[in-house]
Amino acid sequence: MFGWTGNLLRVNLTDGTIKKEALCPKDAEMYLGARGLATKIMMDEVDPKVDPLSEENKLIFMTGPLTGTFASSGGRYEVVAKAPLTGTIGASNSGGHFGPELKYAGYDGIIFEGRAEKPVYLWIEDDNVELRDALHLWGKNVFETTDTVLAETAEDARVACIGPGGEKMVLFAGVLNDRNRAAGRSGLGAVMGSKNLKAVAVKGSKSIKVADPEGFMEACTDARTKLKEHPVTGGGLPTYGTQILINILNQSGALPTRNWRDGGIFEEAEGISGETLAEKYLVRNKGCFGCNIGCGRITRIPEGKFKSFGEGPEYEAGWALGACCGVGDLEAVSKANFICNELGIDPITTGATIACAMEMYEKGILTEEEVGRAIPFGDAEALVELTRMIGLREGFGDVLAEGSYRMASKYGCPELSMSVKKQEMPAYDARGVQGMGLEYATSNRGGCHVRGYLTSPEILGIPEKLDPLVTEGKAGWLKIFQDLTAVVDSAGICLFTTFAIGLPEISSMLRTATGINATDEEILKAGERIWNLERMFNIKAGFTAADDTLPPRLLKEPLQSGPAKGKVVDLEKMLPEYYEVRGWGADGVPTAEKLQDLSIG
Amino acid sequence: MSKILMISPEKCIGCRTCELVCSFTKINAFNPKNSRVSVFTYDEAAVSVPMMCMQCEDPSCMRVCPTDAITKTADGLVAIDERKCIGCKMCVSACPLGNITFNTYEGKVVKCNLCEGDPKCAQYCPSGAIEYREAAPGTMGRKKVIAEKFSELFGEVNE
Repeated sequence: MFGWTGNLLRVNLTDGTIKKEALCPKDAEMYLGARGLATKIMMDEVDPKVDPLSEENKLIFMTGPLTGTFASSGGRYEVVAKAPLTGTIGASNSGGHFGPELKYAGYDGIIFEGRAEKPVYLWIEDDNVELRDALHLWGKNVFETTDTVLAETAEDARVACIGPGGEKMVLFAGVLNDRNRAAGRSGLGAVMGSKNLKAVAVKGSKSIKVADPEGFMEACTDARTKLKEHPVTGGGLPTYGTQILINILNQSGALPTRNWRDGGIFEEAEGISGETLAEKYLVRNKGCFGCNIGCGRITRIPEGKFKSFGEGPEYEAGWALGACCGVGDLEAVSKANFICNELGIDPITTGATIACAMEMYEKGILTEEEVGRAIPFGDAEALVELTRMIGLREGFGDVLAEGSYRMASKYGCPELSMSVKKQEMPAYDARGVQGMGLEYATSNRGGCHVRGYLTSPEILGIPEKLDPLVTEGKAGWLKIFQDLTAVVDSAGICLFTTFAIGLPEISSMLRTATGINATDEEILKAGERIWNLERMFNIKAGFTAADDTLPPRLLKEPLQSGPAKGKVVDLEKMLPEYYEVRGWGADGVPTAEKLQDLSIG
Repeated sequence: MSKILMISPEKCIGCRTCELVCSFTKINAFNPKNSRVSVFTYDEAAVSVPMMCMQCEDPSCMRVCPTDAITKTADGLVAIDERKCIGCKMCVSACPLGNITFNTYEGKVVKCNLCEGDPKCAQYCPSGAIEYREAAPGTMGRKKVIAEKFSELFGEVNE
């Protein structure tokens, strides 16, 4: 095959067997790769009703046909399993260099089944694949684990692993690769921990071939040129990283502040912005594999009580640990972010859960005695300490490690959890960005911004400016964004490329790489197929239209200031329109005709 | 005056685009391991350095080659004549920088040949860390600055 390697690895952790299987070409064409292909395997092989942390759940690492090729930012792979935080399909992708290396070893993906009796790690060197004892790695953080595994395998190998957070099954633990890159959301690291799988190391000497080398280079060069020339991918992101959004969202009155309680304007936003990061702490920019954007930040806090060195924070992490907790000290926010990477937990849910606890504390629902310390909004030391306690499930961290919904429910106040389907929403106050409200409510993995990023047209004006405060037409826009994002994720490239390139460029790279003879429309339809398959997984897991909702705060409490003053999310208006645009019934279930049209059996 | 590849490690973002495009140019498929340029990343020092054949003025590889397969051309390129090369790998041992390698995939000794005057690594480098420029006195001065930076950075790594 071209683009794809045509091989999958199936690793049964219960009995230790490792098998090489052929990738089904028809599935590859229909579901592309990464997110799509892995979801198809989940649907075929796993009962959507399983307990996510049981050995019946499977954990899939999957690359796309463009992963490891010259497609810009084509370094991504997806981790897929039923997610423990939400109970929905869980799919999280990551950049760095791990995904390409897996393909150079000759595999499109790995399917992990069962559960190992003792901690193990998988070592792949081309055709030699073995499970190794990992007892000595258990308890080590992400950096220590990566270093030790590299020393035991090959120094130029690539490692994806879990930290203590994944081992202890923090419900929002991530899978970290190349030290600082994370398949961060939905708790896939906890699934890995539940299987006693500590790490995967890979080194490959094979090469990826494309169907039409000349045409492919032309398509990639075209895309790379557009990325270079675009003000976001060639200017804002390389210069300031994703944190550039802090000031932009704050000016739009949509930067959720103090657990979304105090509106969308954080008075200390400047202090945690990308501009401040670049001025005070940036060591240099870092790019993932084959990326010509380079939004990664290597940062150093040179002195003081939060002295540290690492990567980030990214925008959503900076917001969650910053504005959402009312913390305007970038040194504390960076330190907390580094701890998240070390311990292998999702900084978005970590920050948002701490913010929820801070509000409960200020309301008197949580006491100093219970938590072990005072945790008012804005307390930088509490932020750093609680982050560490979550990753280790230490003290009250054990309660926080269940996420804000389960924690707040335990104390009888689930309405204070700013989550959808139990996953915390990220950094865009949907009362000021209406389309994002619909996005959160309908995302197949719960509260999430990267399933249909309507912030792009609503705030940044890409590809055209939409009024963020109106609801008209948002359903149609969202459907296209969701379907295209499914294509991007499944192809194995970075979503950030879509600021500068769209369906024509991506389709052109896919066709010349793989040799599939599909029109742009057919490729977008693959995205729609993936979206509907994910939806069907969730429906079979027990989700209904009643779950496509938002926290009461967004539906009932109007914003008090800023450009969106007086607004709530008008979800009631957008949701029926969305179901209709999707060709689903009023109950939010894809109709038989729709499924047939998409060839979902 | 001939052009040279200028490396600016302080601009390198470690994305390995140069390796990727090099492998494709040489073997028509993707894997950085078949590249003639290698990016070395030092996490602690937060620096990445692209390394490739420096087209030395007095090449050790050329001096040790028993079959005179390596020559220095008029436009500054250190070239390997594949018809004369017997694959003895003496040049691999002789290069003080490790910039000639024996590639098992291709079964031959390989090094950067400046893509015959149009180096793809420089063309596609997203951050300007690799440039292909005239070796004017100004750039030579810059080369010296970079060399000093190198020793500074490697000093930090070795600490």
